[in-house]
Order: sequence, then structure tokens, then C-alpha cells
Amino acid sequence: MATLREIRKRIGSIKSTQQITKAMKMVAAAKLRKAQENIVALRPYAYRMRDVIGHLTALSEKTSEIPLMQHRPVEQVLIVSVTSDRGLCGGFNSNIIRQTSHRIEEYKEKEVELYAVGRKAQEFFSRRNVPIKQDRINFFNHLAFEHAVQISKDLISYFTSGAYDRIEIVYNEFKSAVQQNVIVEPFLPFVPDPEMAEDKTQVDFIYEPDKETILNVLIPKHLNTQIWRILLESYAAEQGARMTAMENATENAEELVDNLTIYYNRTRQAAITKEIAEIVGGAEALKES
Amino acid sequence: MAAELEIEIVTPFGKTYEKTIVSCTVPGALGQFQVLKDHADMLSAVDIGQVRLQEGDTTEKVLATGGGFCEVKNNKVRLIVESAEFAEAIDVERAKKAKERAEKRLASEEDDVDIVRAKSALLRALNRLKTAQAL
Repeated sequence: MATLREIRKRIGSIKSTQQITKAMKMVAAAKLRKAQENIVALRPYAYRMRDVIGHLTALSEKTSEIPLMQHRPVEQVLIVSVTSDRGLCGGFNSNIIRQTSHRIEEYKEKEVELYAVGRKAQEFFSRRNVPIKQDRINFFNHLAFEHAVQISKDLISYFTSGAYDRIEIVYNEFKSAVQQNVIVEPFLPFVPDPEMAEDKTQVDFIYEPDKETILNVLIPKHLNTQIWRILLESYAAEQGARMTAMENATENAEELVDNLTIYYNRTRQAAITKEIAEIVGGAEALKES
Repeated sequence: MAAELEIEIVTPFGKTYEKTIVSCTVPGALGQFQVLKDHADMLSAVDIGQVRLQEGDTTEKVLATGGGFCEVKNNKVRLIVESAEFAEAIDVERAKKAKERAEKRLASEEDDVDIVRAKSALLRALNRLKTAQAL
């Protein structure tokens, strides 16, 4: 049985941990709000870009000549695994790592390599002998559009140089503050969203230069946007997951403190009862003698 | 001339500008072009360069823009570009530093220098400086 002092100490330590988890929850909530603002700001740009590319690919008869849209027999696959740099966010990273491992398993007949975004993926897979082509870590704290451009440039150059025939991205989609979904999304070769093919009637447009050249310029920009969106979503999802995890931790701590306090009181009461019993016993013994 | 051309400039960071103006000059991939009222519908790729907006008879605004595209449809211009900064908001010191960095990278003999990236960084920095001085 623990002594009173020990129990008191434990209660104290749990309470200070609780304060930390509470603070982390608050910080995550503030960061989440900021990430959400960024996602909202990106939308008009992303939608216009998507619509125009849909419009152009629907009208162009020569999409097979566009390097980024070329489908080759799949020999080498690159999987981009988007995790976070920091832990303490519940199942956020383990879900991604599990899904990434599934994909690697699925492509085991081919050559698979990994592109690790976020420290957690890099740490996990480098210990398990998964070939990591490249990693991008420790940047989520100061996430900027340039990071997205850099990643997208890497991926585009891998694809056009023929190093990989297919590139997939595994990331957490931001549903709401309490819900994240793991998504596996093909990145290259580029396939226009079927919904994007809008009205084909707009044929009297002037295209400057021709449609294919515009597409060759715009598709990389669209891919930049996609990566930027994925990074923002993943970051928002991470903060959401951390918020939930820290909320739960704070509640758990509360419960622990309650139970320990009851236990502490009981122990104290027992000690007092024991003392009284001893005194009474001692007094009785004295009386008899 | 009256202001009768709607324009909207959109970047990944939100809408930068939305107004009805007289005309605008855009750095198209095939050269600079000007859009006035009743311009034919068109879609053009846009290079890194300067966009000039004529807001009224005497007022003009200049922006440094990144690459993207420009759509003209029914007297509405949509400029979708990766960046857009008003000349007066450009941080000249920062642009100068970026220019120096890019030049250093291009001049270095190391193999791992990404020439394409350094070149486009240099172009962007030069464009900012040029725009800031165009005021």
C-alpha cells in the first residue's frame, strides 16, 4: 500500500501533466484555426485552376503528347507518405504509416520507394529498410507555399526523367476538427477529374499559345496547388487530431486525479482509524494492569 | 474612358484584387497584351512579369505577378497566378537578398545546384525589384 506522501506526490504530478495537455490542446486549436483559414483562402484559386485544366483537356485532342499525362507500364512506384513532424496526436501518424505499408505490400512485385514528408514517416521507415528516395522534414512549423513547390518539383522531375512510372500520395484529409480520413491519391501521371470536363461548347475562345502549351505550363502549377492543399489539409488534420488527443488526455487525468483523491482519503481515514484503535487498545491494556 | 472591365486577381493565398477598371496590361506567354472593354474571349498563359491596372483616367497600379493564366470572358478578366504583389508593398531589401542568393547559387560550381530553380528564383527577384522601381 502506498503511503500518503506517495499518493500526494502522484496527484501533484498528474495535475501538472494535465496542465500541459490542456495548454497543448489550446495551442492546437489556435493552429487549427489558422490552417483552416489557409485552406479557405486557397479554394478560389484551386477551383479556377481545376476548371480551366478540365476545360482544356476536354477540348484538346493531343493530351497524349503532354508528358505529365503519359501512362507508362508501371515498373517503379514512388509512394509519398505525409505525416507530421511531431507526435502526441493520437492515431494520426500510425494510420498513415499503416496505409503506406499496405501500399508498399501491394506493389511488392514492382520496385517501390518512399518519399517521406514529415519526420514521423522518415523515422519509422528508415528503421525498417524501406528505401527512402528523399525526405522533407521539420518544416511544418513554418509551412510555406515554397515547400509545396519544392516537393512538387521533385515529384515532377522524377516522373519526367522516367525514374518512376507512378506516384501516389498517402495523407490525412481534414474532415472536421474531430475527424481525419486517410486518403490514397494518385498524383502522377496526371488524370483530369472527370467532373472537371465542363461545357465543350466554348470553342470560339482564343488560346494563346495553343491548348497543349498552356496545359504544359498549367499542369505543374496545378500540381503545386495540389501538394499545397495536401500539406495544408494534413497540417489541419494533425492539429485536429492533437486537439482531440489532448482533450482525452486532460479528461483521463481528471479521472485519475478523482480516483486517487478518493484513494488518498480512504488511506488517510484508515490510518486514523488504525491509530484510534491502537490508542484504545493501549488504554484498555493499561486499565487491566 | 469609363471603367467597364471587371477584373479579379486570385492567388493561392486568396483574392488579391477585385474591381471594375478601364484596362489592364498582362505579361502573356507570347508577349505583353492589353485588355480593354469588349475584348474577344481568350485564355492565355501568363509569365512572371508586371500587370498594370488602369483604374481610372489617371490612376494606375502595378503588380509583380508569378506565373499562371488569364481568362477573358464577357468583359470579365480573371487572373489566376501563383503570386501577386502591389509595387508599393514589395520589400526591396528582401528581393535584393533573394537576388544575391540566386546569383550565388548559379555561380557556384557545385553539382547539386538546381539550375532551373535558381534561375526562376532570380527571375522572380528581378521582377520584384523592377516592379518596385517602376513606381
